[in-house]
Amino acid sequence: MEYLYYPGCSLEGTSAEYDISTRQLMKTIGAQVTEIEDWNCCGATAAESISHLLSYVLPARTLALAEKMKGSKEILVPCSACYLNLRKTEEAIKKDKDLLKKINTVLAEEDLVLNGDVTVRHLLDILSNDVDVDKIEAVSQMKMSGLSIAPYYGCQCLRPFAVFDDPEDPHSMDKLIRATGAAPFEWDMAAQCCGASNTTTKPEAGRVLVGKILTSAKGADAIVTVCPMCQMNLESQQKKISHEQGIDLEIPILFLPQFLGLAMGKSRKDVRLDLNLSKTEGLMKKTA
Amino acid sequence: MGQVNIERLLEETKTVKEMLKTCIQCGTCTASCPNNEFMDITPRHMWRLLLTDHVEALFSSKSFTMCSSCYYCTLRCPRGIELTSAMSLLKQSAAKLKLKKFKRSSLFYKSFLDSVESHGRVKEMEFMTHYFMAMKNPVIPFSYASLGLKLLSKKKIQPEFSFGGKGKLTALFKKTAELEG
Repeated sequence: MEYLYYPGCSLEGTSAEYDISTRQLMKTIGAQVTEIEDWNCCGATAAESISHLLSYVLPARTLALAEKMKGSKEILVPCSACYLNLRKTEEAIKKDKDLLKKINTVLAEEDLVLNGDVTVRHLLDILSNDVDVDKIEAVSQMKMSGLSIAPYYGCQCLRPFAVFDDPEDPHSMDKLIRATGAAPFEWDMAAQCCGASNTTTKPEAGRVLVGKILTSAKGADAIVTVCPMCQMNLESQQKKISHEQGIDLEIPILFLPQFLGLAMGKSRKDVRLDLNLSKTEGLMKKTA
Repeated sequence: MGQVNIERLLEETKTVKEMLKTCIQCGTCTASCPNNEFMDITPRHMWRLLLTDHVEALFSSKSFTMCSSCYYCTLRCPRGIELTSAMSLLKQSAAKLKLKKFKRSSLFYKSFLDSVESHGRVKEMEFMTHYFMAMKNPVIPFSYASLGLKLLSKKKIQPEFSFGGKGKLTALFKKTAELEG
């Protein structure tokens, strides 16, 4: 298994533990990842809110750089927003040759050309389809049994491109959670929105959405996520929402590769649980 | 709305109106929207206003800025209309026409992109500082201070600033603006 790797801006900063645990997990399962040289920001939701063309040019620059790399033609992307933007561009240029021409006119400023011969894949797609789940099970030896884990997918790894899971009722994380000995927590918020950047620009509205997710997770021992924005919102708002609503909604929130890493013998320090904002200390004590 | 010319608004929203011409007003978008309770004009109503050229009413509400790009409406629209993109096009129009009512969200996105233009990647602390300064509201930063300090202490954000001059992606940004007109 060999992939090109696009960490994206969040994984260089506010979600450093997602980057570290992803690279570590890929190594543990014997996959090779090579970071795309000189990659740039995907534009997040900012570019498409300001300029249509820019929202394609930014991901296109990274895709063009990826095409120049040797080896794999598949890009592993852990961040759901990055995944969506890169994928959106990959899909759009297949259908819209005028758009591709425009993009290449812009990229010519940096002597880059986009052809469209790399495939963009989300980390969860790769973990649930390319990785032998028996291998995770063999290494973890049911270490996480006794835990009930709520799989939280959020939006943009599922929609609008329904590539590897049911965008209304996703279950791709279940078998990965089961492989550690833990039980997937049954809930109906797995694919609901966390409010995204509304939590910053319209915090009152954002907190309502985060509050609904945290309330539904009552009974689970932890939530696992595959999106830096979801992770940040669920972690950073839980204390405030608990205070506002007068109920304890605090719960550990882990990135999926952190959880799988722990299950496969990595230490808290290895998977950088010290960087998480939610309290994770009690989690391992609950394992059977 | 102030001095905004309705003709300009109509011109600016032509593309999104064209996208929506097959809308059957079923309201699946509204029912699917996680933010509908924070909107005074629902998604279905927005499309109706666009299709009937009531753009002034549409832009008198901030409802479309509540879209958090969850793509449920796009997924479920029985006419296959890319409604999340339609929301983005409305945000673009508000930013392009520099409508006062949308200053805060337009500045948020603009500050983000300034950081990307300078460094090629977004530097969260620089971006938020630009945003606070552009908002010229001394109270706003305090609501973010506690999280900011937590992130600083974990070295997840770093004080890093650019001081003007040619940015890493300036050539691309310029050419894009030139082509888009």
